[in-house]
Amino acid sequence: MDTITSITPIIVISTSLVATFLIFFTGERSKNLRETWTILASLIKFAFVVSMLPAVLDGKIIEFTLISIAPGLTIAFRVDALGIFFAILASFLWIVTSFYSIGYMRSMNEHAQTRYFCCFAIALSATMGVAMSGNMFTTFLFYEIITLCTYPLVAHKQTPEALQGARRYITYLLGTSIAFQLTAVFLTYTAAGTLDFSNQGLLNNARESGVSDIFLTIIFVLYMAGIAKAAIMPFHSWLPAAMVAPTPVSALLHAVAVVKTGVFVVVKVVLHVFGVNLLTELGLGTALAYTASFTIIVASVIALKQDNLKRRLAYSTVSQLSYVILGVALLTPSAIAGSIMHIVLHAFGKITLFFTAGAIYVAAHKTEISQLDGIGKKMPFTMAAFTLGALSMIGIPPLGGFISKWYIGIGSLEANQLPIILVLVGSTILNACYFLPIVYAAFFKEAKHDDNHGHGHSHSHSKHGLEEAPAIMVIPLVLTAIGAVALFFLPSVFLDLARMVVISATGGN
Amino acid sequence: MNEQASILIIAIPLLVSVLNIPIGLLKRSLCYPLTVFTTLSCVYLSFVIADTVINTGNISYHVGGWEPPWGIEVAIDHLNAYMLVIISFVSFVVSIYAKNSIEKELLPDRIIYFYTIYLLLVTGLLGILVTGDLFNLFVFLEIASLAGYALVAIGEDKAPLATFNYIIMGTIGACFYLLGVGYLYIVTGTLNIADLTRLLPALYHSKVVLAAFAFFVVGVAIKIALFPLHTWLPDAYTHAPSTVSAFVAATMTKVGAYVMIRVMFTVFEPNFTLNALPTTEILGWVASAAMIFGCIMALAQTDLKRMLAYILVAEVGYIVMGVSVGNRAGFTGSVLHILNDSFMMVSLFFVAGAIMYKEGHRNIKNLSNLHKKMPVTMGCFIIAAISMVGVPPTAGFFSKWYLIHGAINAQKWFFVAFLLLSSLMVAAAFFRIIQNIFFQPSESHTTHEEPVRDEVPCSMLLPIVVMSISLLVIGFFSGQIIDSLIQHAVPKGF
Repeated sequence: MDTITSITPIIVISTSLVATFLIFFTGERSKNLRETWTILASLIKFAFVVSMLPAVLDGKIIEFTLISIAPGLTIAFRVDALGIFFAILASFLWIVTSFYSIGYMRSMNEHAQTRYFCCFAIALSATMGVAMSGNMFTTFLFYEIITLCTYPLVAHKQTPEALQGARRYITYLLGTSIAFQLTAVFLTYTAAGTLDFSNQGLLNNARESGVSDIFLTIIFVLYMAGIAKAAIMPFHSWLPAAMVAPTPVSALLHAVAVVKTGVFVVVKVVLHVFGVNLLTELGLGTALAYTASFTIIVASVIALKQDNLKRRLAYSTVSQLSYVILGVALLTPSAIAGSIMHIVLHAFGKITLFFTAGAIYVAAHKTEISQLDGIGKKMPFTMAAFTLGALSMIGIPPLGGFISKWYIGIGSLEANQLPIILVLVGSTILNACYFLPIVYAAFFKEAKHDDNHGHGHSHSHSKHGLEEAPAIMVIPLVLTAIGAVALFFLPSVFLDLARMVVISATGGN
Repeated sequence: MNEQASILIIAIPLLVSVLNIPIGLLKRSLCYPLTVFTTLSCVYLSFVIADTVINTGNISYHVGGWEPPWGIEVAIDHLNAYMLVIISFVSFVVSIYAKNSIEKELLPDRIIYFYTIYLLLVTGLLGILVTGDLFNLFVFLEIASLAGYALVAIGEDKAPLATFNYIIMGTIGACFYLLGVGYLYIVTGTLNIADLTRLLPALYHSKVVLAAFAFFVVGVAIKIALFPLHTWLPDAYTHAPSTVSAFVAATMTKVGAYVMIRVMFTVFEPNFTLNALPTTEILGWVASAAMIFGCIMALAQTDLKRMLAYILVAEVGYIVMGVSVGNRAGFTGSVLHILNDSFMMVSLFFVAGAIMYKEGHRNIKNLSNLHKKMPVTMGCFIIAAISMVGVPPTAGFFSKWYLIHGAINAQKWFFVAFLLLSSLMVAAAFFRIIQNIFFQPSESHTTHEEPVRDEVPCSMLLPIVVMSISLLVIGFFSGQIIDSLIQHAVPKGF
């Protein structure tokens, strides 16, 4: 396989780091200039990521070694199909989220906006670092940086409740990664003598060199427990707790940086650390698939009972993330493709949903689902986008979410795992149960006459006219909703990349 | 010159420490530049020594021209050279920091003597490192300890009591060490380390030698505050002046660890140390207990300096654990951790001193919004804290990496678990503080104006910044440090 040495990965990562400094030093003096840096950095970053795409589509791998600190401890980048897939997704959604954040933060008159945008930019740098990392050490490094720099975002409101949520956030993420993931990295190095990713899995030859099956199983379990960002039960409860954050942060957590990094690292561990062959031989894929199935169903059931919109979305995320894990755990070509596609499809759907939740909060100050009756008449664009996002989550054609479910379904047949089909069907029904009532209430129920939020003035003209959030918020959410539809009709680039990943991982089937 | 550097590095601070008193009595303001200049020259000399060792091999200097084993030998190999650089660099940075902090915390008439004793302490520590003679080592150990007692005692109101504790424990440790030296002298008739290395293997069956070894280990364990012999440390380091806490926390235990390594792997052969008695097995478990105990106690503290002192107890556990597993990776980790921990401790105690300087207290519950007043200091605090937790790419990660590798290679799975557990507890301890500083709303509702930026003076801020940046730099150059110095210091047979 061809490899190119290029400095582009470094540029991609440093773009938003440079932006961090500019944002910090501009500060509150000139808000417009500060926001300009965010937007500029997001656009430049996306351009550089896209510039790597043609080479990757040609089957080349872009590599760059930054520094080799000690044997096994090298900061190196390796952009392959899977990496660029995630990098494109995250850097594109950053652009949208940036606009939305600016709108949200200004409408809500939030404090400490400089800190907010600084941390945001660092989080994106680190996400790019994970996407393009060339070995498990680099992955771990950036994984930790994401945790640390999103902590101030989650704690943003600085109320006791926010601090408590943030504490749970960091306890779960940092705790599991140090206790389990780091151990797994050590053991991997002990077993394989290297941490560099390879398409067949870096532990692929470990069995021949005398590493016992139990040892490998322990490593695998430690990885899965250590990647709490993927929110596999029972390591999921940080995610609902982190809902105390401002809504753009939730969008960042759920669609762009944090949980996507989690599932991305899981995919990476399955395909590039262990490899399809090894996991099939050990039978660990099936075990993981059933753990993920459990999470899918249980999280969906919990989501049904939530009245707070963001919490319901959070549990929905927990369940949807496990789709990605389920797909890749089935270890068959279609399932892996479906799982990778689900990363992007869920991202578009979920970011739309969180954007709408934020828009509802900004425009109507409503957070509970029971308050949303009739809101579709006041906020038609927002609620239309919400509907599209919800339908994509449920997986109804012609929305993107259908594609990944279809592939995962086929994949489970390929793997002879019929019960998985039942899980898919069951969870689709549950998804419909917790999303459609919101849509129904928003469009078809009459608004209740409640004044419990002290918005007496809005009551007077609630019968007529639009009460949308600012355009800078509505436009991004409409765009992402359109994206969720467009991905059904034009999934080409992403699907090509997913196929390339599958081909390299399964050895050319 | 290169040969003489190894003796000049102790001769200069010793001489200046004495000169300090007459000069200071004439003009007190001269003491500070004199001390800074002296320690700077030590840094220069230590670099000369390290350069010589790396390029031309070990240094052996015969004091007064007398041949060892009759004369006194100054023997320097890669391990000493490495330690010399650390200790002299730290003493230089601390001496810069000292001025404002000391003037704030001490009575004016004590300042001259502070500098005098400080240089004496530096002399003692560097002397321990350069000497090639077990008895000389004891002498320097006592110089350093006595100077340390004095420096701790000039601290807060409770300091004298803490010092009393410290003196008793320290003296017991020194006695044990001296007994070990005496026993070896009885059976071999020599005190020169190289000579002992040559003579001892024939005598390994002797009960006297075994007893001497046990005395050495326990004596040094008291000096480095290895759990459960740590009881003197938290009090002493909490109540000492901030500058002193920073310096002794960073150097005393590290030099003690050096002595332990010297005795265990140079005076005695690694083969003997690892196999004759279950010493390393015991040390490993004791060290694990130290890691856990230190961290638990750290979590329970509300006084910042006291918390750091308990973390130091845990860190000593790391160093000893790495040595005890008896393989190359573990040893490398220990020696690297000596450097990292010494720099991290200096940074953290510097920050504690800065908070004392500006706020007049160090209660961690009462630090809210400090990041607005002292943004640079708090930024440095975060770097040091993250390094202490062991998050890459800070220095702390790399030594932990080697330590854990050592434990894995030795199949000591419990040690691996304890190491990770204690990292987690350190993380909890520091995030508690960081949360208090950055996110806890201020309790005083009376004033709602924005806190004004109010950093410590430049002579304190600069050392803080230098130390925390060096934590990042060391992280990236860990590989080179290991290649050029540490790997040559690993005992044969590992």
